[in-house]
Amino acid sequence: MFALVLLVCAICIVMLTVRAAKGPTAFDRILAVNCIGTVIILGISLHGFALGRPEFVDISILYAVLNFLGTLAILRFYRNSDVSDEDL
Amino acid sequence: MNLIIDIASYICFFIGAFALITGSLGILRLPDVYSRIHAAGIIDTAAVGFIILGMMLQSGFSLTSAKLALIVLFLFFTSPISGHAVAMMANKFGIKPEAKEIKPKNKNAGDLNG
Repeated sequence: MFALVLLVCAICIVMLTVRAAKGPTAFDRILAVNCIGTVIILGISLHGFALGRPEFVDISILYAVLNFLGTLAILRFYRNSDVSDEDL
Repeated sequence: MNLIIDIASYICFFIGAFALITGSLGILRLPDVYSRIHAAGIIDTAAVGFIILGMMLQSGFSLTSAKLALIVLFLFFTSPISGHAVAMMANKFGIKPEAKEIKPKNKNAGDLNG
């Protein structure tokens, strides 16, 4: 059953990668990469359960933190790239 | 008792996988950024919530369940923040939502409201 949900995660990552590759604006790509990170959190946990080693959940927590901080860092980069803004 | 927990866990996995496919298809098919954020919210709440609930049912009352609950709690706070940040920056960079203007079917329909 874990392997089946992992297969669904893989299919969803393929669909999200298509959107990240051909997204018209940069924000589509950021959103798609953020969702890929969320699906990978699920994938790491399910992989640990499928192998009978639930300690992989720690790596999953770390990945959740890095995913959130990465998204905010890229958005902050776009915010600072606008020269005409005054409230930087 | 073990069989009942297994069945409940599999039902949670099924609902979560359905939400995962729904959200991914939404990100792939919906027309603009603002509607894709809605689809991303489906993945961040329903899919993660139900699949991790299934894993918590499998692991029982242990430290692993506490860590899984911590993941759900973290995503519960960070997912709206990142979605709001993406929408705010997209709005600031001048991306318009692709909303169609709703027109009345016949000409006299508009006259009733003046």
